[in-house]
Amino acid sequence: MARTAVLGRLTWQVATVTAVRVQTPTARTIVLNVPGWPGHRAGQHVDVKLTAPDGYSAQRSYSIASPPGATTLELTVQRLADGEVSPYLADVLEPGDQLELRGPIGGWFVWEPTSPGPVLLVAGGSGVVPLMAMIRTRARTGSRAPFRLIYSVREPDTALYAGELAGLAAADAGLDLTYVYTRSTPLGWPLPAGRINTDILTAGQAAPPGLAVFVCGPTGFVEAAADLLVDAGYDAQTIKTERFGPSGGQP
Amino acid sequence: MAIVSRGFGGRRRGGDEKLPPGQYLVTDFPVLSAGPTPRVNLDTWELRIAAETGQSRSWDWAAFRQLPHEDITVDLHCVTKWSKLGTAWRGVSLDTLLDGVATDAEFALARSYGGYTTNLPLADLLGGQAWIAFSYDRADLDPEHGGPARLLVPHLYLWKSAKWVRSIDLLTKDQPGFWESLGYHNYGDPWREQRYWGD
Amino acid sequence: MTTHLDGNALAGALRELFTVDITTATGQCVSCGTTGAMGQTHVYMDAPGLVARCPACGEVVLRLTRSADRAWLDLRGITCLQVQLPASGET
Repeated sequence: MARTAVLGRLTWQVATVTAVRVQTPTARTIVLNVPGWPGHRAGQHVDVKLTAPDGYSAQRSYSIASPPGATTLELTVQRLADGEVSPYLADVLEPGDQLELRGPIGGWFVWEPTSPGPVLLVAGGSGVVPLMAMIRTRARTGSRAPFRLIYSVREPDTALYAGELAGLAAADAGLDLTYVYTRSTPLGWPLPAGRINTDILTAGQAAPPGLAVFVCGPTGFVEAAADLLVDAGYDAQTIKTERFGPSGGQP
Repeated sequence: MAIVSRGFGGRRRGGDEKLPPGQYLVTDFPVLSAGPTPRVNLDTWELRIAAETGQSRSWDWAAFRQLPHEDITVDLHCVTKWSKLGTAWRGVSLDTLLDGVATDAEFALARSYGGYTTNLPLADLLGGQAWIAFSYDRADLDPEHGGPARLLVPHLYLWKSAKWVRSIDLLTKDQPGFWESLGYHNYGDPWREQRYWGD
Repeated sequence: MTTHLDGNALAGALRELFTVDITTATGQCVSCGTTGAMGQTHVYMDAPGLVARCPACGEVVLRLTRSADRAWLDLRGITCLQVQLPASGET
């Protein structure tokens, strides 16, 4: 049953960075203390605003990586070489610094732990962040909904949360994890590097009843994956997509 | 209650060029659009000028490219605050296209393939102030930047330079276009910083 | 950029104006009659404003511009918005 609470109008609030955690050579997680945080749902995002001394400001959206119920809010930021905001968040921000953010935002690209149905998560690069919030929520709540994550990355070094995902998947047969390496593979990988395809997405099966699909990542990836699923007979109405674009996304 | 983000400067490069108020200089050419890029077939492309009398004239691509054209170098100022100086275009002047058109109209509405519209006083299209441009930087105008042809009116904010232009209607009553009907200034002079209604 | 984002990209901007999350509200496209969640619209944000288009026919369903102190919203592209609210007696 979708939550129907009426929310207040969204306003900016000041959060304090309490810690940062390196995830990969180009990404780190920012841990935030947000006074009065109202709670959120897995898959939602926040808008982050940076203001320069002369008043110039830039704003971007970042998916919340932490599950609902945690005491701090976590964002995982991938540094984009030509980004305006991401290099600041990935390199300059330090514990003790403050950040303006507003949220949580978005009621459509969310997963509720009360939903028992199977879930297919398809991530391209940093698109794994909101899907990781869903996986962490599932683990936290003890949900037995069958989860399958297909995670496409360029090379092993760029995969986010690798250790945590390996641990969760090893401990729980209900979480299935499949990597797709598009540029270079780990040593001994049985397949050559290549893009996502129908076989990997569907494991040769039709959609199980009640399947919900979440696809997140760069626009090209999201379109390719969604098209492959629809062509394989998956119901387009059950596929929710979140494209990371040059604005509104994560540059 | 904006806080200042320690160590954040933003992407802008302040120039020593004289820019309109609130603008910053860019060296790339940003692409902004309200929808998918129209793909216009040159075989079916048509430019039409329609007067309030009902009289109109039109050119297909071949006829349009036969018209006398000019090479111009102009500065571009986008309402989203970027400015790009010294851009080189080739186009047909609106003075050429409107030459001999009988009209009492004071206003114009430019319409684009894809549905975009923008309005401006007819006087701002005349006197060497406006072109239908088909070439940018000595190459065919890219669809992303409005090709095959766009309106170019550099003395106003760039949203008035309608990409993928298909017609210009001459009107006796002003008709606000796509952005002008949603808060953007009806005239849009960058030097008076006329971005929004009431500015 | 002339590729689009998904409808959840307009969630933040509209939460400044509405106390409900618009992305889960449903609307009917005035042009083609398709009904769906606003989260399914195709959103163009690289513009002087935000434009949401019907995923079926491509026509504009919603437009929003924002200055420092004002917002302008045009919803003429949908017949109406249907918003789920708590049933009477619940909060």
